[in-house]
Amino acid sequence: MTAHPAPPQAAARGMGAALRQDSALKHATGEARFLDDLPEPPGLLHAALALSPVAHGRLAPLDPAPALALPGIVAVLRPGDIPGRNDIASAGSNEPLLAEGMVEHAGQPLAIVVGMTRDAALAGAAALRPEIAPLPAILSLEEAIAREAWVMPPQEIRRGDAAAALAAAPHRLAGEFRAGGQEHFYLEGQIALALPGEDGEMTIHSSTQHPTEVQHIAARVLGCPFSRVTAVTRRMGGGFGGKESNASWVAAAAALAARHTGRPVKLRLSRKADMAATGKRHPFLYRWQAGFDGTGRILALDATLAADAGHSLDLTAGVVFRAITHALGCCDVPDVALRALACRTNTVSHTAFRGFGGPQGALLIEDVVHRVAGALGQPPEAVRARNFAGGENGAETPYGQALEGALIRRVWAEAQRDADWSARRREIAAFNAAHPTLRRGLGSMVLAFGISFGQMHMNQAGALVHVYTDGSIRLNHGGTEMGQGLFIKVAQVVASVFGVDVDRIALSATSTAEVPNTSPTAASTGSDLNGWAAHAAASAIRGRMAAVAAAEWGVPAEEIAFAEGQVTAGGNRAMEFGELARLAYMQRVSLSATGFYRTPDIHWDRAAMRGEPFFYFSYGAAAVEVAVDLLTGEHRCLAAHLVQDCGRSLNPAVDLGQVEGAFVQGLGWLTCEELWWDAEGRLRTLGPSTYKIPGSRDVPPVLRVRLLEGAPARSETIFRSKAVGEPPLLLATAVWNALKDAIGTDRLDAPATPERVLMAIRGG
Amino acid sequence: MSRVTLRVNGEERSLELDPRTTLLDALREQLQLTGSKKGCDHGQCGACTVMVEGRRIYSCLTLAVMHDGEAVTTIEGLGRPDALHPMQAAFVKHDGYQCGYCTPGQICASVATLQEIEAGIPSHVTADLTAAPQLTAEEIRERMSGNICRCGAYSNIVEAITEVAGRPA
Repeated sequence: MTAHPAPPQAAARGMGAALRQDSALKHATGEARFLDDLPEPPGLLHAALALSPVAHGRLAPLDPAPALALPGIVAVLRPGDIPGRNDIASAGSNEPLLAEGMVEHAGQPLAIVVGMTRDAALAGAAALRPEIAPLPAILSLEEAIAREAWVMPPQEIRRGDAAAALAAAPHRLAGEFRAGGQEHFYLEGQIALALPGEDGEMTIHSSTQHPTEVQHIAARVLGCPFSRVTAVTRRMGGGFGGKESNASWVAAAAALAARHTGRPVKLRLSRKADMAATGKRHPFLYRWQAGFDGTGRILALDATLAADAGHSLDLTAGVVFRAITHALGCCDVPDVALRALACRTNTVSHTAFRGFGGPQGALLIEDVVHRVAGALGQPPEAVRARNFAGGENGAETPYGQALEGALIRRVWAEAQRDADWSARRREIAAFNAAHPTLRRGLGSMVLAFGISFGQMHMNQAGALVHVYTDGSIRLNHGGTEMGQGLFIKVAQVVASVFGVDVDRIALSATSTAEVPNTSPTAASTGSDLNGWAAHAAASAIRGRMAAVAAAEWGVPAEEIAFAEGQVTAGGNRAMEFGELARLAYMQRVSLSATGFYRTPDIHWDRAAMRGEPFFYFSYGAAAVEVAVDLLTGEHRCLAAHLVQDCGRSLNPAVDLGQVEGAFVQGLGWLTCEELWWDAEGRLRTLGPSTYKIPGSRDVPPVLRVRLLEGAPARSETIFRSKAVGEPPLLLATAVWNALKDAIGTDRLDAPATPERVLMAIRGG
Repeated sequence: MSRVTLRVNGEERSLELDPRTTLLDALREQLQLTGSKKGCDHGQCGACTVMVEGRRIYSCLTLAVMHDGEAVTTIEGLGRPDALHPMQAAFVKHDGYQCGYCTPGQICASVATLQEIEAGIPSHVTADLTAAPQLTAEEIRERMSGNICRCGAYSNIVEAITEVAGRPA
């Protein structure tokens, strides 16, 4: 893109308006149809998966007889039944849909059982008796590191000479800690409905963030051209990254069963199977050494961030890229060596989860800041501020992209002010002095989060807009709706281009048949990319319509204005938008257009690990207060003040919800959501009874969220807005920091469950 | 197979079903009332919450045959887009949802929560068990703790309930 039209001004119901989501009324009345709510087609069959109970071993060919002996079983599909390739790899290769010869993790799919009913299919899957000769399994990051078991080569970002700077620093510290993974627990589990058609066609309704990948992987498994497969997604009941790559294999399994039987097949994973068979947020192990001076300035950092990738690559390359590019957070450290290890373990392949390695990366610098502050007897927020990028320190990240130091300082100043930070410090000190068994603590966080896909080619989007002759408008784009409000935001963009009310825009399900070759709705880029693509499509049609009006009225096209459902020229010529649409049709002018966008200016040199991979950064800050019971380790977040930079918000209602929700999800990751694998590598937290997701009582009673005002994006983003999906998840790091502040500990692994807090209180 | 008659959203509905059929499956698969969602199918997430005889219940944890002759109210029975129940309207006004999957259950639980407070039923956080429970945010959060919202819209949900209860949010 070389030039974009100037953004129109915000209107009451257009850009920047706090409009409710497109599906609001349908959600509140139960009319919104999720995939499992669609009327079932005649002849529908149901599929279920047989999963490996063993983490690593040799698998004998599976005997289907025990399932086939049961009533209502139609087929048992094994690797040999796959007409195409048994490979569902997203980025790498050779990640089997169904294990063949070798099992690599507990929960790995072994066979697809197809039944007349879902109950029959589930009973059939449970009846299978896989023969697996166990082999030694790698079940810890330490073991993977010791054996140098990687899913990809280690990555390193270096600047200066970290070893020399460490040696020369007045003070040195070393640290080690870990952060757990996180189950997505989208309330709507993984589901797909595959409908076989004529000539080898397959239509797949999928709850996916990435319809194009569903199309590609289903075609790969079926052994057919992409053009034979159509993937459709109207909405998801939550995604959070868990339906970026994992939805693809679920859809491919349904498509395989539909191809094999010639009948429609639905595959809806039970919650237990979903939690056993789909990837999570990557757990991390951190080891670091830092050199600093007496003022708290961190001079050198040598760190290793080891990610548990699970048994295969999946999206791990992007996750470790984001982890090491975010490991200094909002801070500057002159001499650094940051290594990322992508460890191969016999665990489910870990995957995208809101933040995509960014939240894990940011924990590193926060741990260093906390320890340096402790060593110097300074508050952590002072040490962090001493090291803020920009100002007296360097503004460039170690990989060569500049941060905006003024925004970093501004968000922190505003969060501090909102929380009345100094007064709160005094109150807490008084409270702690008066209570023998309760401790309060204060914690802060300042984030800088880079926006763009780490894979440069993915930063593109398409849209398709039709104007009909009654003036109604249909919008389609490559982005998917998962509750983040993307559809209303993009509709607002199109409405503002045409100068019509947003209600005139008919939204439609994302489909690979309408907009092809799309990127996943991920990396917070949904509205950035699809907003511009839809803008381009709508602007093309508006340009043609303006030419028609200009000719009709004998005025220059530049004088034609589109506003409030009217098309006008000067003060005395006007017609309804629909009237002009009809006129354009009568004059044989096309009222349909595709739009395309690619993010400008981004680049990355993989060999040098340098470049400017992000279109821009989002910033945010948090100040939170917690209380800890010293006798039990139980804790609560009492108050949180959050300030998030969304540029010039496209829709403040949607953005505030995203900030709040991301904070709550981050709070869960860091404090209560604990994945627990047993000694045999089987995940034993397979439902909300054992895996604790934040509930209504876990949200701080005081939760104040504010969008940074008067801060339009500097980059040429859609209407100068900024992405919001992932960055505010990092704000919850303030809770982890506050817990450390309350109990005065050096090391607190995440999730900081009551057990871990109690152990930290008791010194080990 | 068993016969069961339910009064669903004011209408008598006679069903012939396997006695092991949950109320949720009967609603979703036999009556095509798909507003109630299956989130975990184990009574742990709350997405399937409906009201039976005016009391909220996880419809995935109860069998349809256990409710013969009883009145069942689902999200569809509370209101429609052109005639919203006040709680539905408040959820829309306060953005008490994101993905919407937990929303029908949240709204049914919210309606029941206010009725329970009104009826003087105490909760775990009610300090005085002999006095009428107070309509505080703490009471609402406690009573809504059986409904998970993975998108984290809890604060807005509490605001919506508080508004319907007649107190400033």
